[in-house]
Amino acid sequence: MSILVNKDTKVIVQGFTGKEGSFHAEQCMAYGTKIVGGVTPNKGGTEHLGQPVFNTVREAVAQTGATVSMIFVPPAFVADAVMEAADAGIELAVIITEGAPVRDMQAAKAFAVKHGMMTIGPNCPGIITAEECKIGIMPGMIFKKGNVGLISKSGTLTYEGANQVCKEGFGITTAVGIGGDPIIGLSYKQLLPMFEADPETEAIVMIGEIGGDLEIQAAAYIKEHITKPVVAFIAGQTAPAGKRMGHAGAIVSGGAGTAAEKMAALTAAGVRVVVSPAEIGKAIAEVLAKK
Amino acid sequence: MNIHEYQAKQIFAKYGVPTPRGIIANTPSQAMTNAQELGGKVWVVKAQIHAGGRGLGGGVKLARSLDEVKTLASEILGMTLVTHQTGPEGKLVQKVYIEEGADIKDELYLGVVLDRAKEMPVIMASTEGGMAIEDVAHNTPEKIIKVAVDPAIGFQAFHGRELAFGLGLAKEEQGKFIKFAAALYKVYMENDAEMIEINPLIKTGSGDFLALDGKMSFDDSALGRHPEIEDMRDISEEDADEREASRYGLSYISLDGEIGCMVNGAGLAMGTMDTINYMGGTPANFLDVGGSANAETVAKGFQIILKNPNVKAIFVNIFGGIVRCDRIANGILEATKLVDVHVPVIVRLDGTNAPEAAEILKNANIANVIVASDLADGAAKAVRAAKGE
Repeated sequence: MSILVNKDTKVIVQGFTGKEGSFHAEQCMAYGTKIVGGVTPNKGGTEHLGQPVFNTVREAVAQTGATVSMIFVPPAFVADAVMEAADAGIELAVIITEGAPVRDMQAAKAFAVKHGMMTIGPNCPGIITAEECKIGIMPGMIFKKGNVGLISKSGTLTYEGANQVCKEGFGITTAVGIGGDPIIGLSYKQLLPMFEADPETEAIVMIGEIGGDLEIQAAAYIKEHITKPVVAFIAGQTAPAGKRMGHAGAIVSGGAGTAAEKMAALTAAGVRVVVSPAEIGKAIAEVLAKK
Repeated sequence: MNIHEYQAKQIFAKYGVPTPRGIIANTPSQAMTNAQELGGKVWVVKAQIHAGGRGLGGGVKLARSLDEVKTLASEILGMTLVTHQTGPEGKLVQKVYIEEGADIKDELYLGVVLDRAKEMPVIMASTEGGMAIEDVAHNTPEKIIKVAVDPAIGFQAFHGRELAFGLGLAKEEQGKFIKFAAALYKVYMENDAEMIEINPLIKTGSGDFLALDGKMSFDDSALGRHPEIEDMRDISEEDADEREASRYGLSYISLDGEIGCMVNGAGLAMGTMDTINYMGGTPANFLDVGGSANAETVAKGFQIILKNPNVKAIFVNIFGGIVRCDRIANGILEATKLVDVHVPVIVRLDGTNAPEAAEILKNANIANVIVASDLADGAAKAVRAAKGE
């Protein structure tokens, strides 16, 4: 078992024939992901990487039965691509692109929610169900199949966390990179119950960072609803206030969104909070040993 | 991106957000000419820097004669203004804004920011104008009125009424205020602003509302569609090293510690700083080399890190995903030839082809390159190296 995606998930790629889209679609296919086609306006009717190209998402969905779209279009076109996917009945859009304007994402996400489409990202590594389905840009080989679910705002910390979990002799069910932008799709609060319900997931790693209050919301949710052990790390304990730390959303503003307040809230919710990402693997080994 | 007060007021004016009249000056005599042109008997000489708290720092002064305008302008221009937002090093004042004096009856606060939890803009208003809004939020949160506006419907009259009643405005004041707030919302949306703050927004003796101050920042990701705002960029207000780094696709922020950091990915970069701190060291910077670390970007990273004289060791922490570690290892070797790296460099490469990368670094046998096996090992070695152990 896993959450959201598995070996049978049919995926299309928006921005299929572009440089990034091509490269990563090929990597995903090599991993085993069922990429059943792609969308590039005015290239409909052609073939790319052995799969059909369509002019519109609606056509692609009708012809292939895809339920998930991986989006690689340039930043200025992200909102349009997301709304097109939602309008065409896609169930989950995974938005890899970095640098989409916040105002655009605000409108696109509101539209997606209205149409019942889930989104992951933007500005994220994507989602991977170990040894089944990779929809994104993460290095597949570090995700060994196992019993730990992972949710992270950061790409490389996802890899770091997954790698440590696997080195400790465990593995990953599904890992979701939710992205570091001010407005993102699925967040901890929506993903935690999915992992709670997944019979194979026995523990959850949650990696957050400074800025916003998603981790605080997660803490409140965990306290009430999550019975599986959670290990958390919050990046940016040493980040200066008012500075944007790489990610558009990673900023402590007006004294709010600090690592300290998030760590305190998670600790109070019974989460095993580690001070350094170097301790994620060990902490998982400990909480799983206790079970 | 941030802009100056006078620039924010230029944008306000385009949308009918009322402001006092003012003219920007680079020299004391220009300041005096501006005051003369504005007319009246009282002027305000305001330092233009990208930081709040200018008044308390001595950067905003009232002048009652043209000579006084000139004297004050000559004092403020060229001064290094230190406020709670500039840091102890302060900021050099290169421009002053000369504004007509205003008849202040009452001071309010009005701002627009993104409410990340609601995922829509929120207008914030308070009767506590002139104070830092963070302090008001902390001490008397009930004095801040927040009204979220769903962009799908835009600013409606009821939003305005909620704000006006919340501020306790009299019936005859409400119309002008609601018009003001509606115009400000439009400024926010149409310019892809990240934040607008008017503190104070004043009520005048004649019952008008005026933006006495104006602060704006913009969504960097949206600047591509606002060339006129990009033109307002004042590079002298931005950190030269951060700017240089960004030209090479690097994200750099200087800190006050001793261990330089070069990492791929913003989250891991922060996590590396946190780990160094946890192990008893101090990070000298945040540096994200991005997804495609190569010899050129690594060399540039070394150059920028080494400009900081406090750096006693450098920790290169790369988790290679799509980018193979052996290529990064060669990039590091290449970079050490391009740049004179005179401090110990601790290198941790993990991920794709990590064993090959370790082999390359070992065989190269460069005196001050120390190979680390994982994040904890690397941070520990960097902390020891910085202490001269």
